[in-house]
Amino acid sequence: MQSSRSSVRLTRRQFVTAGAIGGAVLAVGCSAHNHGSRDFLSDGQALTLAAICDRIIPADDFPSASQAGVITYIDRQLARTYRRHRNTYRDGLEQADAISRNRFGRNLAAASAPQQVEIVSAIERQNRKFFDLVRSHTLEGYYGSPRHGGNRDAASWRMLGLAEPPVLGRAQYDLRKGPAS
Amino acid sequence: MKRVNVVIVGAGAAGGIVAKELSTAGLSVVLLERGKWYTPNDCRKDDLRNQRTTVLGNAFGPEDEGNPRVLVDAEGVPHIMLPSEGGYQNNAACVGGGTLSYGAMAWRFLPQDFRMRSIYGAPAGSSLEDWPISYDDLEPYYEKAEYEIGISGDDSGTPFHGPRRRPLPMPPLPPNREFQILEPAAKRLGLRPFPIPMARNSVPYNGRGPCMRCRWCVGFACEVDAKNGSQNTVIPVALATGNCELRTECIAREILTDDRGRARGVAYYDANGRLQEQLSDIVVVSACAIESARLLLNSKSRLFPDGLGNRRDQVGRNLQGHHYTGAIGFFDFDTYDDVGPGASIAISDYNHGTPGLCGGGMLANEFIRLPIQMVDRMPAGTPQWGLPHKQAMRSFYKRNIVVMGPTQPIPTADARVTLDPTVRDKWGMLVARISGNVHAQTYEIGLVQAQRAEAWLKEAGAASTVISAGKSTTVYAGQHQAGTCRMGDDPQGSVVNRNCQLHDVDNVFVIDSSVHVTNGGFNPALTIMAVAYFASAALVGNWKGTGFRS
Repeated sequence: MQSSRSSVRLTRRQFVTAGAIGGAVLAVGCSAHNHGSRDFLSDGQALTLAAICDRIIPADDFPSASQAGVITYIDRQLARTYRRHRNTYRDGLEQADAISRNRFGRNLAAASAPQQVEIVSAIERQNRKFFDLVRSHTLEGYYGSPRHGGNRDAASWRMLGLAEPPVLGRAQYDLRKGPAS
Repeated sequence: MKRVNVVIVGAGAAGGIVAKELSTAGLSVVLLERGKWYTPNDCRKDDLRNQRTTVLGNAFGPEDEGNPRVLVDAEGVPHIMLPSEGGYQNNAACVGGGTLSYGAMAWRFLPQDFRMRSIYGAPAGSSLEDWPISYDDLEPYYEKAEYEIGISGDDSGTPFHGPRRRPLPMPPLPPNREFQILEPAAKRLGLRPFPIPMARNSVPYNGRGPCMRCRWCVGFACEVDAKNGSQNTVIPVALATGNCELRTECIAREILTDDRGRARGVAYYDANGRLQEQLSDIVVVSACAIESARLLLNSKSRLFPDGLGNRRDQVGRNLQGHHYTGAIGFFDFDTYDDVGPGASIAISDYNHGTPGLCGGGMLANEFIRLPIQMVDRMPAGTPQWGLPHKQAMRSFYKRNIVVMGPTQPIPTADARVTLDPTVRDKWGMLVARISGNVHAQTYEIGLVQAQRAEAWLKEAGAASTVISAGKSTTVYAGQHQAGTCRMGDDPQGSVVNRNCQLHDVDNVFVIDSSVHVTNGGFNPALTIMAVAYFASAALVGNWKGTGFRS
């Protein structure tokens, strides 16, 4: 994986495996350019954001937020619909790293999982505006439509047991008979 | 531009019907719509960008850029709102208006809903009033709406409705699983449940096929065009007469008046932003409660320095919508069957008759919750983030039922639309400023309704429940916005007469939810449509203008 723009398309299983390395996917992919393939976030900001998002939706049998593309979702929106939130993100991410360095001597992405939980809790108390935004945007990116860069391969919908693509509808519907019961 | 008989501003639920009724009666009509004309291909199933979940914008207008409004909070502080933010109180801006993407519940108000003041008396501080017309006046027009727009359902199982001459033209959709769970529970409680009337084809009707029961319904354009709004019923009929021209992406700037104070047409910005004038004999304002009031207020002249039809400071007052309350129940078994639209069963037992309180509302199960719509609807005590939240999504996504309903708001004169003194839209027009609140008793009734919803869910076997009965600190008009150009016999307390004609200007009509004196305990779409048919019939009957009747 030389670049996150690699032409090799990962299967879901490969992707989940790759994602299990944590933020590594992000870090590896973006070494050549300051912003890599992203539209707004810098490498450092993306790493910090991934640490926060992955505490909001951690990995278990199903992908974490960043593994499911939430960072891509948020980055794209910060360059488009959520331009108005850029300053809140810039300041909030900086603050998260500052708190982490202050308490643990390292940036948030490098802290342990329990330490990250502590920092995210601190952010929730100290910068509610930023926390609420990140939480909402993380949930949007994870549970919303894959068309916006998150919810890769409809991972969350499959997790919830929603048929994807849906089985009800045109494919199973015979218009000559009237509604199915 | 050629002078026409009528300019209608707004091609929504009401404007589309007025266009059809007047053009088929032989009047020449120009129908102005600020938005675009979408098709079933614009469904897109984008759960982050539609008319219900708008975090990435409204799919069917208006766009965030250049269309602000101002909301004044309870402390009197104004906030600029984008169309994608809740405080904006958006409906839609497109051909069909809200009816392109609505959930399509198609309720008749109850006879009592037109006589709220007579039945209950006006609570202190409220502007509760009777309509100048009755259920019986509207009944033939409800029927006309049901048949021309196309409504499915069956209210024979409940005594709580006004008399009707004909049954609905289509049977209800077959029950989904939530219906099957909730129906016996309601009956055990002594309630009278029945299928929700819907502007949705359950069988082929009006040249289009039936609902395919997908999960992308409320907030979306119907992919198979089985949802019935003005855009796929009356507007095509109006255009087919040859008497009606629809101009999309044209936003009205003001109603033009002559030196005697009568309207002579509408000035509007066309799709290229050029200012145009369309002269006419009659102007009909059908832009929905907030924008209709704004257009009148923006139509200032020497004779109407405070806005057209606003000599008595009534335009924009009595803004209301619905106070939605209810409960969510969490179950030990699957309640989800992926059969849209989801909303299926209702009761009207609680619309009236609660001792000490004015009115009430219907209660119904909610449309299918897409995953993003579930994230803040978790059992009590669920953490907002972390693994427990993710696990709760997995545990309860398919094991919950939401029952809620629109509590009939008790209006106040202070809940109102005015013009913001400084904020302008991208055309340079002053924007709507929303302030005030509905009467506090609305929230009392809302809480009682939520408790009733909870009791129904518990009877249905919910293992736990969470009530939703939050009190809004500002008026919440939203997609059910109504009341800003009240209909009444007395010009002192109303804006239009019973025929939706301005008291002050006899060739200007406001025909949309603005004229609702009260907004019922039901989704208002079918009542908007019935009033549009009623007012159109009066307009055509009284028309002595040039041309069609010698």
